[in-house]
Amino acid sequence: MAERIGVYVCHCGSNIAGTIDVEEVARWAGANLEDVVVAKDYKFMCSSSGQQMIEEDIKTHNLTRVVVAACSPQLHERTFRRACQNGGLNPYLFQMANIREHISWVTTDKAAATEKAKAIVAAAVRRVRHHKPLEPLPVQVNPRTLVVGGGIAGIQAALELADAGYPVILLEREPSIGGHMAQFDKTFPTLDCSACILTPKMSEAGQHPNIKLLTYSELEEVSGSIGHFKVKIRKRARFVREDRCTGCGICVEKCPTKVRDDAFEAGLGFRKGIYIPFAQAVPRIPVIDKEHCIYFTRGKCQICGKFCPTDAIDYDQKDEILEFEVGNIILATGWKMFDCTRIPQYGYGRLPNVFTALEFERMCNAAGPTGGKIVLRDGKTEPRRVAIIHCVGSRDINYNEYCSGICCMAALKFGHLVLEKTKAEVYSFYIDMRTNQKGYEEFYQRLLEEGMKFVRGKVAEVTNADRTEEEKGRLVVQVEDTLTGRQRRIPVDMVILMGALEPQEDAFELARKVGISCSTAGWFTERHPKLDPVATMTDGVFIAGCCQGPKDIPASVAQGAAAAARVAGLISRGTVWIEPIVASIDEEKCSGCRICNNLCPFNAIEFDPVKQVSRVIVALCKGCGTCIAACPAKAITGAHFADEQMMAELEGALWDASEEALAAIVGSKSQQELPVIGA
Amino acid sequence: MSDGQVFEPKIIGFFCNWCSYRAADLAGIARIKQPPNVRVIRAMCSGRIDPVFVLKAFALGADGVMIAGCHPGDCHYIEQNYKTIRRYVMLKHTLRQLGIETERLKLVWASAAEGHILAEEIAKFVDQLKKLGPLNWRDNWRPDEAEAEAVEALAQEHAEALEVPA
Repeated sequence: MAERIGVYVCHCGSNIAGTIDVEEVARWAGANLEDVVVAKDYKFMCSSSGQQMIEEDIKTHNLTRVVVAACSPQLHERTFRRACQNGGLNPYLFQMANIREHISWVTTDKAAATEKAKAIVAAAVRRVRHHKPLEPLPVQVNPRTLVVGGGIAGIQAALELADAGYPVILLEREPSIGGHMAQFDKTFPTLDCSACILTPKMSEAGQHPNIKLLTYSELEEVSGSIGHFKVKIRKRARFVREDRCTGCGICVEKCPTKVRDDAFEAGLGFRKGIYIPFAQAVPRIPVIDKEHCIYFTRGKCQICGKFCPTDAIDYDQKDEILEFEVGNIILATGWKMFDCTRIPQYGYGRLPNVFTALEFERMCNAAGPTGGKIVLRDGKTEPRRVAIIHCVGSRDINYNEYCSGICCMAALKFGHLVLEKTKAEVYSFYIDMRTNQKGYEEFYQRLLEEGMKFVRGKVAEVTNADRTEEEKGRLVVQVEDTLTGRQRRIPVDMVILMGALEPQEDAFELARKVGISCSTAGWFTERHPKLDPVATMTDGVFIAGCCQGPKDIPASVAQGAAAAARVAGLISRGTVWIEPIVASIDEEKCSGCRICNNLCPFNAIEFDPVKQVSRVIVALCKGCGTCIAACPAKAITGAHFADEQMMAELEGALWDASEEALAAIVGSKSQQELPVIGA
Repeated sequence: MSDGQVFEPKIIGFFCNWCSYRAADLAGIARIKQPPNVRVIRAMCSGRIDPVFVLKAFALGADGVMIAGCHPGDCHYIEQNYKTIRRYVMLKHTLRQLGIETERLKLVWASAAEGHILAEEIAKFVDQLKKLGPLNWRDNWRPDEAEAEAVEALAQEHAEALEVPA
């Protein structure tokens, strides 16, 4: 039986009609393309009246297939599929021709645009004839959610979900949750103490009955998809039994080993061989640093074990692999600080009184290594003048082109703290001041009034090579002041480098594990930059906080909550429907060559050794179609992307390129005003 | 084609759903103008592109074929674009044997954020094909000695790779 196809060409106001002669395309399709019985153009197809037109036409003209030529299928395919369904047609008997994003918006020549639109419509019409009715696959959503990363964004997401009554696994690679925020002293622009606002949330997350906290653990492997991800987590051995430890801290007190703490104290302080990263750590369970512990390096000591009142030290503990099934995954893996030694002219690592922003945060912190005193590397001298250098590794084509966003505000905060705690002068060397959130500009004004000095210019060099008496024994900041157009040398005692926020080193690896993409820098890519900032292209995987791009604490918290809301929506619905785009193997045709078996990265093809044929495991198949293209026997077909569908689309797209293609699209229709090929 | 008319190559673009199709959408949203010669066919993954599709496109009169996918390492399906690379190399050999200029097939990586790169690549490819002229391979193909030698060399190469006497 011949199909009865309806073709609808959208004007999209003037978005399409301004470049493409839509009336001509509709008329041409109706006159020339095989099986087309209705062809119309309309102002806005996605409007309710446009959709209604499709629904009514399906009934009155007994349409069996529908083609809409409008915008990208990414935008409105679902809309029109629903219209087809409302009209009584299986939603997959529909095809969209993208004539806006791919033609009218990028083409200047109107005649060429109209010709291309005809080809794209012909391709869609030709393809839709081969469409088969399909049903979306139902998937039950496991209510448990995995949150990766226990910084402020991850904690917020976990708490929102747990408070809504859903179970959460909160995974953190460090021995304690808290993330970078736990290292900070004050938070801009309100200057409230970071620990005071963070630690209540940390302990709430640690004690919540719905949150299973896994610290000192990492994500090993992810398989499955939305609703039923299977995750493998490596719980690293901390050599302390969590079920017995009370967190009394005697082991830490008695431990004879002292190690420089490069993680929490950013290298400024020390920790013991067995340590709790910081006083308010959650969970309050120590970890033995295997690399430095005397027992593990020399085989003798075990002092911690002798003093432990609950016998919690277990020197034989091994890494454990835990497996869970979760319905959704929220990634909140945060950022890392730019390695300031990469800019040798700023002297970090070579000149002792050059500090990174994180080091300075720890120095300001009352619980930090200096007890909150701002002093030079010698531990006692107060600086007389402090330089804060902005954009270290940001807004620089040699390192990162992006703006890290938060450093201007952090620099102002540092300026305030120096002015408050010392008698020093503060110089800020900036390219542009960026203070564009609520209360930020006011904070900038406040610092101007407090007497922080601002020099507009990118610092060329920080050096200890003095030229004058005043510079002797100090650091000199060499900079071009671009507001006065002069070179300046400013002697200072301390330099703070506002290092860029960079993606975590293993961001690409993690993205690959969960199947999402990254920007070239390594920030995770959101589904839509404006309208869908916490979802990703992979259903069931959400992102929050700095792993998506540099942002401040309020924005990270907002994203954590937003991601949780999205997940909660999916859980409360219970069932999600996924596209039935999967491969299937015709066992009659399969020769059992097993070429496809190794091509599938999801292990979705199993081999039946008895029947000597391969078989697709539908629940694992993601529908990429690589196996279909590889099968030498053509035994594999892909739903909605079958060979005959793709071939038909090709014929339509090339209707004006050869007699063969032309004959295919016209079929039994009389040829009207069609070009003579080869003339 | 009548005299005086500029040759406009007809190009089939096989774009993957996740990166390059979205890059083309992004080029549209950003209004990055480009030549209208590429007619895009969407596949879920560049790994879905059966080499036969490419040959069929040429057989149906396409002057060029562009395959576009996610950057290596960024594939939505983990690593399927690596299979595309393999097939692309194989297709180049096949086209050479068929007497079709290998420059008529192009592989492009474009992430969903790289609309401008895709548009640039399209413009470059169209220029390249305009220089090559229409395919018309049935008429254009003449067996000549250089080509026969090339085919011979290729056969030898394959035989050596397979370690069997030619």
